[in-house]
Amino acid sequence: MVNATNPEPTRRDFLYIATGAAVTVGAAFAAWPFIDQMNPSSAVLAMASIEVDLAAIQPGQQVIFKWRGHPLFVRRRTAKEIAAARAVPVSSLVDGLARNANLKDSAPASDENRVIKPEWLVLVGVCTHLGCIPTVSTPQSPQGSFGGWLCHCHGSEYDTAGRIRKGPAPQNLFVPPYAFTGPTKIKIG
Amino acid sequence: MAEHSSYVPGSGLTRWLDQRLPIIRLVNDSFVSFPTPRNLNFWYTFGGVLTFMLAIQIVTGIVLAMHYVPNSEMAFLSVEQRIMREVNYGWLIRYLHSNGASMFFLAVYIHMFRGLYYGSYKSPREVLWILGVFIYLLMVMTAFFGYVLPWGQMSFWGATVITSLFSALDQLVPHLGTSITTWLWGGFAVDDATLNRFFSLHYLMPFVIAGVVGLHIWALHVPGNNNPLGIDVKGPQDMVPFHPYYTVKDGFFLVLFIIVFLSFVFYAPNFFGNPDNYIQANPMVTPTDIVPEWYLLPFYAMLRSVPQKLLGVLVMGGALVSLLFLPWLDSSKVRSCRFRPLMKQLFWIFAADCVLLGFCGSQTADASWTIAGAQLPLVWIARLGTLFYFAFFWVLMPWIGKIEVTRPLPESIAQSVLGDGE
Repeated sequence: MVNATNPEPTRRDFLYIATGAAVTVGAAFAAWPFIDQMNPSSAVLAMASIEVDLAAIQPGQQVIFKWRGHPLFVRRRTAKEIAAARAVPVSSLVDGLARNANLKDSAPASDENRVIKPEWLVLVGVCTHLGCIPTVSTPQSPQGSFGGWLCHCHGSEYDTAGRIRKGPAPQNLFVPPYAFTGPTKIKIG
Repeated sequence: MAEHSSYVPGSGLTRWLDQRLPIIRLVNDSFVSFPTPRNLNFWYTFGGVLTFMLAIQIVTGIVLAMHYVPNSEMAFLSVEQRIMREVNYGWLIRYLHSNGASMFFLAVYIHMFRGLYYGSYKSPREVLWILGVFIYLLMVMTAFFGYVLPWGQMSFWGATVITSLFSALDQLVPHLGTSITTWLWGGFAVDDATLNRFFSLHYLMPFVIAGVVGLHIWALHVPGNNNPLGIDVKGPQDMVPFHPYYTVKDGFFLVLFIIVFLSFVFYAPNFFGNPDNYIQANPMVTPTDIVPEWYLLPFYAMLRSVPQKLLGVLVMGGALVSLLFLPWLDSSKVRSCRFRPLMKQLFWIFAADCVLLGFCGSQTADASWTIAGAQLPLVWIARLGTLFYFAFFWVLMPWIGKIEVTRPLPESIAQSVLGDGE
């Protein structure tokens, strides 16, 4: 011990510190399996990808598929809806990032960055606030004032590119990783 | 107060045991001869009620776990068909458990507000109060896990909304919050893995609560009970032994409480429930309005009143954490509101504020009051309510204690109760 009569650290001090460090590192290694077991199992990860055919979807219609336990919105946008989304300057958006898994994290939230083909808007149908499923807005049954979606849980409103415009949600609806495997076929995940 | 032990073993066997494991002595000193202020009123009987409710929840819960299936395909039917219709008395045990949760929270809120009114959190009982707040937080977690188990629509979407609170951390560190929610869920959404782990934790936590309750009672028995006058006991003339005086008093009010509890179980078993929870969980359809159980509504109102996600989560967490600091936020030298005219009024405004917040939380997100033709959105009422809640703890309590002119305190408990020997 370091004290008045023996100011130098002793061999015993070194042993205390070395033992303490070894125990701490060992405990961290031992804890990891008990933490990691809560992450998605291989069975859950194995069901992470689906392929869907979009041919039957009409302009202006939204169809919901199930992907990774969440609803997946596929909306065939009308020319008017595309034009409305493109008329919005990115600088005026709540969340300026595209949130598109197919692009870089820093891509801006322009309508072009939210889609692969402008007609097809593919989104994870989970409100970025607290996980409710937003309701689609149609000309017959408008939801919110931006023509996209309204989340009834806490009042978040999305536009026709699925971007957050009003309410407590912090981010745009996520665009999942997907690719066209045919003219009207996409593979998600 | 172990130093006052009055236990004398009555037989050779108890004397033999007392020298090896003085457990009879512990029980005697804690619950029989324990000296207790002679002026405790009705509001002090809820500690006993809470102990009873914890026991009820553990016993009924262990029985329910014998019949329940923690699997997303079978959970709903194992509750609604097997337990409610097929298992002998399953309906009774399930309704005791589900209504028991509400009664548990009713009792704990009365217990907490009693502590607030009589200043039971003040020195030397700070640790006692903090342990109580931890018990309350554990109760909230246990109730949340338990509510998910029947796997109805409100179970599923309640679980989704509450676990998604952690995704707010994405706003601090990208992907941090999402990684945490994925870890909590064991998947990409609330699903079978989530249900299984919630069942495991729901079974574990009551025993953790029981452990902390042991510490809570220990921390109570070191300084002894506070009392409605909030003054220290001065000697034996201020006290009576716990038994028979308070065993009888606690027992009498416990019976009245059980009558209320069983009235709900037998005559209105779904009074506290949400009809949406009789629809099986469906991850593709969100109910039109997600509401928590009544006992969490004030905090839900606070969460919804803030238009920014991370801030909303912090406000809700802060409302709970504020309770931990209460012993140091109250600057008054006097404990009981009986002698604190300003704090007494503030207490009732605070109680009303909690009820008001609870009401706001029970309404839809876009609800409003029409007063004299003007639309008053409830979200603004909730904002004012939230503001007052925090102001009460962090501004008014420290300030009032400094400016308040308190009423004169009685000489002693005995003098106050018995008069001046007249």
